[in-house]
Amino acid sequence: MSSVSATSAEATFIPKRTSGLGKTFDEIRVFVWRNLSHIPRMPERLADVTVMPIMFVLLFGYVFGSAIAMPGQVVTAESASFYRSYLIGGIFVQSVVFMCITTAVGVVSDMKEGVIDRFRSLPISRVSVLAGRAIASLFEGGLGITVMALCGLIVGWGARNGFGNAVAGFALLAGIALAMICLGIYVGQLVKNPMTAQAIGFTAIFPLTFASNAFVPTDNMPTWLRAFAEWNPVSSMVQAVRYLFGNLPPIDPMAAGLIPDRVLPWPLQHPVLATVIWIVVLGTIGMTLAVRKYAQGKDR
Amino acid sequence: MLELSGRTHRDGDLAIEAVDLRRRFGDTLAADGISLKVPRGSVFGLLGPNGAGKTTTVRMLTTLLRPDSGTARVAGYDVVRDAVEVRRRIGLVGQYAAVDEVLSGFQNLFMIGRLYGMNGAQAKKRANELLERFDLLEPGKKSVKTYSGGMRRRLDLAASLVVSPPILFLDEPTTGLDPNGRAATWDIISTMTKGGTTVMLTTQYLEEADQFAEQIAVIDHGKVVAEGTPAQLKARLGKSTLVVHLHDGMTEAKAIAAVTPFAASPPAVRQNELVVQLRDLDQTAEIIAALARVGGNLDQIHIAKASMDDVFFELTGKNRAQEGVAA
Repeated sequence: MSSVSATSAEATFIPKRTSGLGKTFDEIRVFVWRNLSHIPRMPERLADVTVMPIMFVLLFGYVFGSAIAMPGQVVTAESASFYRSYLIGGIFVQSVVFMCITTAVGVVSDMKEGVIDRFRSLPISRVSVLAGRAIASLFEGGLGITVMALCGLIVGWGARNGFGNAVAGFALLAGIALAMICLGIYVGQLVKNPMTAQAIGFTAIFPLTFASNAFVPTDNMPTWLRAFAEWNPVSSMVQAVRYLFGNLPPIDPMAAGLIPDRVLPWPLQHPVLATVIWIVVLGTIGMTLAVRKYAQGKDR
Repeated sequence: MLELSGRTHRDGDLAIEAVDLRRRFGDTLAADGISLKVPRGSVFGLLGPNGAGKTTTVRMLTTLLRPDSGTARVAGYDVVRDAVEVRRRIGLVGQYAAVDEVLSGFQNLFMIGRLYGMNGAQAKKRANELLERFDLLEPGKKSVKTYSGGMRRRLDLAASLVVSPPILFLDEPTTGLDPNGRAATWDIISTMTKGGTTVMLTTQYLEEADQFAEQIAVIDHGKVVAEGTPAQLKARLGKSTLVVHLHDGMTEAKAIAAVTPFAASPPAVRQNELVVQLRDLDQTAEIIAALARVGGNLDQIHIAKASMDDVFFELTGKNRAQEGVAA
């Protein structure tokens, strides 16, 4: 390759053929570098994953916490403190699910830029552009979760179900994030401008995160809403995270006879397994569609 | 289609060969059977008005767009089956700067070098060489967002030359540039072509094609309507423009009746002149005779030497005579 640097611009040079996994990993590294290099020049991009969740923790934790108690509890300083621990699981999941939107918005702007045409005309693997973007987004998500966890520790949250489960909890969040990022990469290629991506994302994802157990227990919801909320993948994810971090309510209101007995839907009985299934299903769909869409190219 | 160049090429000499490329977008046939032959080391101009199908053609040749039908070989490789081989041998400068707006100029060139398989040190060295060559060393550390249109274009060109590809596609490379930027871009491209790079450029600027391309294909509505050297195009079409001055003895109706058998397209009336594109220069004498029979004389007939403008307007069906009346 020394000929490259020695070559004057006038002489032609054909890059040597390199392919295979090593080359693809190297390309992915370059694209991760590219996406992360954007951050110092547009730090506002990190606001979505850092400032927003902190605001949610503080606002919801203290505003709602002063009025919301678990079924069977009365509102006290103790219930408020518990609510903040309970809430963190919901906010963790909400913030990784929202990565679908932030990724989609980023991808729309990226696809609008001519640089994607340049990437397509380079002798590189077609998946490396997308994989690089996904991994960079995952780093951002990881940063967001770290900030939130620290913020949670300050307001009284903690991982109280052992070290192994805590690690599994963070791994599960990373899995959800990756699946949502893949969906985001697909959606981002479908639409033409970032505002549309944002609008579609919020319309789809806001109801999903709120009509769930992320912020309040589902027990007292009207029957139809409760059915939706309990089958909602977000609820299984939140339940799984709360279980792994040991943030479930101290007393089971149903076992204690505080609310009428009923059978919980399967996903809430096996939240971790249900979440893993959701990750695999959503991730596979998202990845397949995203790669296929990218390979098709943009037709104008 | 007018086949003006009598030259034939052995396939091995061709950098680009397209055969009957078609591509439809909804109701529009953006490319309707484009066939081209571009000899290795030449500068080939694709000339046509907006929406003629130039960009679609370039996108198919650079593997960015799959043709609906037809085949194309670039550097000897099929653009569909051997897309990766094609991509190793081409550089593309699109209509808009294909650079990362957020990264700095240096970071852009470094990234492209790395993606071509250079290691960090090689990519860095090449990036700095190119920044220097394109007079971008100073702004090289700043985000591209802060660059002027001309600087962006230069960076874009530099990004296409990171590995000095043997075939360079330039899709309207000077669109949106001021005259200085245009001149600078052409300087750089001229240097490139001297080193043996094959260049295919698209342009709406007639003088650009005239000045730089050795071979021109005029395209319109997705079809190649003429092909040849600039001189051939001008000579052929230019000499065959006949202008007849109309007067009482030579009415429009009489003149049209006399020249129509020889006309390549319907004669157009411009003020008190009849403008006719002739099919064949050799028939000049017969046309004069025909006009004489209806009352014309030689003082009132002349054969105009046309510019590339005339060629262009004639070929793309825009009636310059009518536009002249309207203006």
